[in-house]
Formats: sequence, structure tokens, C-alpha cells
Amino acid sequence: MSRKTIKVNYLARVEGEGALNVTVRDGQVRNAELRIFEPPRFFEGLLRGRDYSEAPDVTARICGICPVAYQMSSVNAMENALGIDVDGPLRALRRLLYCGEWIESHALHIYMLHAPDFLGYAGAVDMAKDYPDIVKRGLALKKAGNAIMALVGGREIHPINVRVGGFYRTPTRKELAPLAEALKQARDDALATVRWTAGLDIPEADRDYHLVALHHPDEYPMNAGRIISSRGLDIAVEDYNQHFVESHVQRSTALHSHLREHDCYLVGPLARYSLNFDQLSPMAREAAKDAGLGATCNNPFQSIVVRSIEVLYACDEALRLIDAYQEPEQPFLAHEPKASEGFGCTEAPRGLLFHRYRLDAEGRIQEAQIVPPTSQNQPSIEADLKEMVGGWLDLPADVLRERCEQTIRNYDPCISCATHFLKLDVRHE
Amino acid sequence: MPRTDQKPRLAVWKFASCDGCQLSLLDCEDELLRVAGAVEIAYFPEATRSSIRGTYDLSLVEGSITTAHDAERIQEVRRRSRTLVTIGACATAGGIQALRNFADIDDFLSAVYAHPEYIETLSTSTPISDHVPVDFELRGCPISKSQLLEVISAFLRGRRPVTPAHSVCLDCKLKGNVCVTVAHGTPCLGPVTHAGCDALCPSYNRGCYGCYGPKENPNASALSERLDQLGMNQDERLRFYRTFNAWADPFREESERHEP
Repeated sequence: MSRKTIKVNYLARVEGEGALNVTVRDGQVRNAELRIFEPPRFFEGLLRGRDYSEAPDVTARICGICPVAYQMSSVNAMENALGIDVDGPLRALRRLLYCGEWIESHALHIYMLHAPDFLGYAGAVDMAKDYPDIVKRGLALKKAGNAIMALVGGREIHPINVRVGGFYRTPTRKELAPLAEALKQARDDALATVRWTAGLDIPEADRDYHLVALHHPDEYPMNAGRIISSRGLDIAVEDYNQHFVESHVQRSTALHSHLREHDCYLVGPLARYSLNFDQLSPMAREAAKDAGLGATCNNPFQSIVVRSIEVLYACDEALRLIDAYQEPEQPFLAHEPKASEGFGCTEAPRGLLFHRYRLDAEGRIQEAQIVPPTSQNQPSIEADLKEMVGGWLDLPADVLRERCEQTIRNYDPCISCATHFLKLDVRHE
Repeated sequence: MPRTDQKPRLAVWKFASCDGCQLSLLDCEDELLRVAGAVEIAYFPEATRSSIRGTYDLSLVEGSITTAHDAERIQEVRRRSRTLVTIGACATAGGIQALRNFADIDDFLSAVYAHPEYIETLSTSTPISDHVPVDFELRGCPISKSQLLEVISAFLRGRRPVTPAHSVCLDCKLKGNVCVTVAHGTPCLGPVTHAGCDALCPSYNRGCYGCYGPKENPNASALSERLDQLGMNQDERLRFYRTFNAWADPFREESERHEP
């Protein structure tokens, strides 16, 4: 019996620190474990005793790549607790800000983290030597997303303008106008991105995922909706804990999330797309069709194409929101703290992000619960590897190792979010 | 052996953090490829799989020290780096995770984890300079992209970076902002906070919350008196100083004055 160990000290081009152990015995994959050893930062602990109004600033610091997701889930939860309904132009502005984060985060992942896997480069800087115009297009797209973040949020990383009830300052129509010009170019770049990613050499795979995402009757899900799944789950955000459960396993400083009835599930672009295809804009649906995608997608390696569709949608949607924008009378809705509990769920670029807070009468946080998308996807990443590695055992060791890394990168895992760096250890026993 | 014919080697390291400060480098969309052309990116796992062993001319370090393993790893990073620059509030002041330094770590562990025994962590989060000599500290939560580019180009040319030492207040004056404290009674850390953000929060009608940490020689006790007059109670004043730079000396000392 041959024994072989393949090691990668760091899985690069993900956000955070972790490791992967795959054990193969007698030609069968016995075990696939994603270990996360990112040092814990204890946000749920340090939030206790803080004022409810601090949650968007504090939770933004969980992740530099998707701070808006944390801000949006936290303000939703606080507003749910305090009984405020943010609607009209303030709601539209939040959606515009979230479009900015989807564009910058997805463009970063597509061009700088993921595409090098398909083209055989160590990273985007190496790729730029042979594909300068493509990398520049990716950077331009990312910049358009960041321009939204900087104008509506104040800055690209850890925006300062989000508060419970709305914003500190809302932009004028005139201030938003230059964004529209940049976004028209970005929409063209996004369409070119869809065509380009669809032409990459994408491995075949068809996984039987249990897909979970938000669903809203009137719009592609970002900030609001019910939690639905491909196997019939349809619940209000408030009922999250009745259906989902987190467990703590020794190999990970990130908690693992499971569905009580169906075990592992998938959140993120594939789930959003497959459960909400009809809500995409006509332009995005058309581009998906031209890219050869159906109304659902179960090939994790095609996530790069689905992300591109979502970037196109986000550019299109941002343009619509800017065009329809009416300046609100007040930048935020006034409110008073009270003893309460609130739930908030939004679609971070990498999937569902759930927050729950319990407040005392003065509005101090008594308890905080935050379930990031990467925690929810960890069991699914392990299941992908367990199912797929078996078919790749004939590949040369370095190709196998790269394929495993790519499988993890399909998820755009955010390990800082889930707590952070991946070492790969494939053991043949 | 000196490598006279090669480009300077850049390395980017991560400790306990959110990745936001190293993302600032990738967010320099207009300059990234030029920076990448001027240096050899020898180690930057967030951006590339390739890594070059050996020594580095410039190491950018993000994140704070929160584990015994990281306390050893930073020694190795220092040994292999000609110049070591910390980027951001975590690496420079311990970050938001330094709030544990004021609390009982066991409380935090049991609040977050079902099995605290699986978790290896120090009871403190400390800045890099508590562990190894640091050549330059770039502040901010997150850092400013323009200051980051200034730091990289300064070190490539062998000079000290030029970053201002004044407070946020001066930037507000330069921008023509109406003072949010004087005009609206909004609590603001601007008078004691290091410049760098271009007076961002007051420009958006809110008070500064101290992302860039304490300026040189801040008079925090005078500010606290003003905060008291504005109606902030003792507990609110304490928390005001304890956010993203809570462990930076002047903010820590002032916050301790407001402990019950």
C-alpha cells in the first residue's frame, strides 16, 4: 500500500488562516477536514455591554472585505429589535451601498483570487504580465464598486456613514450623478467579465446541494426577505435558530453551522442565483443564458461565472437605484432604545449572514449572535472535497493539490469572518 | 550576499485582524500594478500562492499578537525583515480585540465557544511593538491608501515617510467643516485623534470615533470634561475611548480614569 503526503503550508488567495487534511486509504477518501486556526477575536463577547448604536461600527471590523454585510445585518437586527421600518429612499440607499460591496468583493475574488486558478498563475500580478488588459478591467470594475462604498459609506473599508435608522448623511442627487457615469462603463466591463469567465476551462461537477438563500418577492435578495431552500424550507429570519444550529468542533476556531433536519447546506452565489433567477434583471438573465447557464447551477467551479452575473446585476441595479433616487427628508429615523430582541439577515457576497441581539432597556447589548457565511459553508466545503477528491486521485500530486485549493476557493471563504489560513495536507494511507 | 541587481522584496504578513489593511493595498486600483512593478512581491498569501523564502527588504505587518504561536512567529518575521512597518490599528495598538485586555478572557471564551478547551489564545491582544522593534507604525482602522503608498515609496527610496502628526481638528479646519461639537453638541474624539482619514466622520455629520488612535501629546482629560458637559455619562465616556485603539496608552489611561 503506497503512502503519500501532499502539503501546502498556506492556502493562498483566501481571506484568513486555515488548513485542509484529506485522508485517502485504499483509493477511497476517508476523511476531509477543513481546519480553521485563525486566532479568535471574540466579537460576540466584546459586544456585550456596548450600546446598540455601536454595532454597525464594531461588527464592520469582523471583515475588511465585506464590512457592509456586517453593517447591514446588524442594523436590520437592531431595527427589528426597536420596531423601526426603514423604507423608501433610505432603504434604496442601503441597497445601493450593498451593490457597491458586491461589485468590489466579487471583482476582487473573480480577477485577483479565483481566475489565476483557471489560467495557471500564482496570483493576479503574475497574470497581469500575460493578460494586462484583463487584470486592468478587473481593477476598474473593483474601483467602480469601491466608488459607491466611498460616496455612500464614506470609505471603502469600514464605512462610517451607516447607523441604526438610516445614515448620518445622505447624498444629493447631484452627488450620485458621477457614479452613474462610472457604473455604465462598469456594466459593460461586467458583461465582458461574464463572457470571459464563461470561456474559462471549467471542471465538470454536479453536486446535490441543499441551497439556502434569502428570497424577496420583488427583488434579487440583498437586504431583506425570507430564508428559503431548494428542499422546501421557507421561514422568517426570526425563526433562524429553530432550524439552524451551530456546533463547535476541535479542528476549527470557527463554529460549524448545520440545518437541524438536513445537515450541511450551501449559501452564497450559487444558492442565491438558483433560488432567485427570476428576480435578476433582464440583462443579467440574458447574459446568463448566453454564458450557457440554466436557471439553476450546481457546479461549484461555475461559481466564478455566477459571481460575474451578480456583478452585472449589481451594476445594473445600482444604475436603476441612482436613477430612481429621491433625496430623503431625514437621514435617519428617530427611535428610542427598549428591552428587546432583534434578528437580521442579509446576503453578504459569500452568502447568508445572520445576526441576533438582545438589548436591555437602555439599549445595551446583553447578548450577540453572529453566524457568518463561511461558518455555514464549512461542512459543505468538506463534503465537496470528500465527494470530489476520489475522482481526481489519478492526477499528479501537484495538480491534485491545486484542484483541492481551487475547490475551497470556489466558496470565496472568508476565514476572518468565520474567525482565518489554510494548510493542505492530503494523506494517502 | 547583497542582491544589488534585484528589486526590493516586499512581504505582507497577517496576525489577528480583519484583512482590511492589506486589502487597502489591493484597493489601490490605479497604482497596484506600478507598485508590483517596482518591487518583488515575495510573500503576500492573500494575493498570491507563490512565496520566496529568505529575507525581505520591507515587511508590512497587519494584526495583533493574540496567541503564543503568533508571539513566536513575529520574532521570525523580524529576523527576516530589513525594515518592518506595522499597518493599522491592530498591529499598532492591539486593535478592537484588545478589549479583552480589560476583561476576563474566560468570560469571552465561554460567551463564544461551547468548548473553550479547544481554543488556544492569550489573555491579551498586544501591538507588534510590544514584541519586536518596529521601524514605522502606520495608523488607522483601516489605514489610508495614500499613506500606505507614501510609506512604500519612502522605504523604496530610503527616506522616512511623511505622514502628518496633527489632530483630526486641523483637517476639519482645512476642509472648512463646521465643528460638530461646537455647532451641534456632538461628542467627537477629533481633538485627541491622529490625522489620516481626512476628517471623514465630521464631513458626514458625525463625531470622530478615533480610528487613527491618539495624536501626539493629546489632552484627553480636557476633552473628557467637555464630553461630560455634553451630557455623556461616565460609562459612555469610558466606552468612547475604548474602541479600535483602546490599548493605545493615552486612550487606555483616559478610559481607566472613567472606570467605576
